[in-house]
Amino acid sequence: MKLLKIFLIIVIIFNFTHVSSSENNDELTNKISKNIRCLICQGQSVYDSQSDFSISMKLVIRKKLNEGLSENEIYNFLKSQYGQWIIYDPEFNKKTFILWLLPILLFLIGGAIIFRKFIVQK
Amino acid sequence: MKNKVILKNKVILIVLLLFFTFCFVVLYKGLNNSNIYIPKTIYEKTLINFSSKDLFSKNEISSDKIFIDSEFYILNIWASWCLPCRYEHPKLMQLSKNSSVKLIGLNYKDNPSNAKKFLNEFGNPYSMVITDKKGTISIELGAYGVPETFLINKDKKIIKKFIGSLNQKSLKEINLILK
Repeated sequence: MKLLKIFLIIVIIFNFTHVSSSENNDELTNKISKNIRCLICQGQSVYDSQSDFSISMKLVIRKKLNEGLSENEIYNFLKSQYGQWIIYDPEFNKKTFILWLLPILLFLIGGAIIFRKFIVQK
Repeated sequence: MKNKVILKNKVILIVLLLFFTFCFVVLYKGLNNSNIYIPKTIYEKTLINFSSKDLFSKNEISSDKIFIDSEFYILNIWASWCLPCRYEHPKLMQLSKNSSVKLIGLNYKDNPSNAKKFLNEFGNPYSMVITDKKGTISIELGAYGVPETFLINKDKKIIKKFIGSLNQKSLKEINLILK
């Protein structure tokens, strides 16, 4: 009886860890596919789209995760095959620096104007 | 004091004017750009390794054994349900007469019996047809859909990629490289 209990506990634990690992991969697949552009759709992510391209892309992401690739490695692989455009989150480089720095710059300028107009003058 | 205020206003006006001119020029230039994304079609990228089933023998073959013993390879992604593939098929038949190139068909998300029927009806230009039932090989190759054609050299470098069906212009380009 005791042996059976131990066996059951082991089976349950094993099954739960199995479920949680595949769930992790599911979550990660969803997370990555939300950040990948469906290249043949207009304004849709791979996650949202049901096109042939997106369905296969989701399978590839899952396959790569099962092979043990990390999230960044998958992005890099897709970037090497399809170019920077496929990622929704553009990286910081000499082509995108204005995109990243302009909001900060405008925020600082706006802050400076408000500071001078309303706080210093008071 | 008054002069200072006038000077300050002038500076602000000039800065604003410059800013708006800059914005105008950037946006105006952007008007002429195409808003359709065009991927790079010329690149030297090494082909990924993959393995797939042969359409006829159903044996699993790895890409190392497919891309062997030829000067050039044309990897053509096709499907029997794809209409543009029918248009480009005669061009592939024409290319298959060239002995310096080996044509490999990648049958994309297709029913094997339909694929065989298609080849029986229109002729088989391929020296080998492999299958991509789930479309994952095409994605790993960097393809967008069907039809798509990759020109590969003997070092397994992708020299050129043709998205969509082959036309006279692309055929000329291929023949120029093959010669």
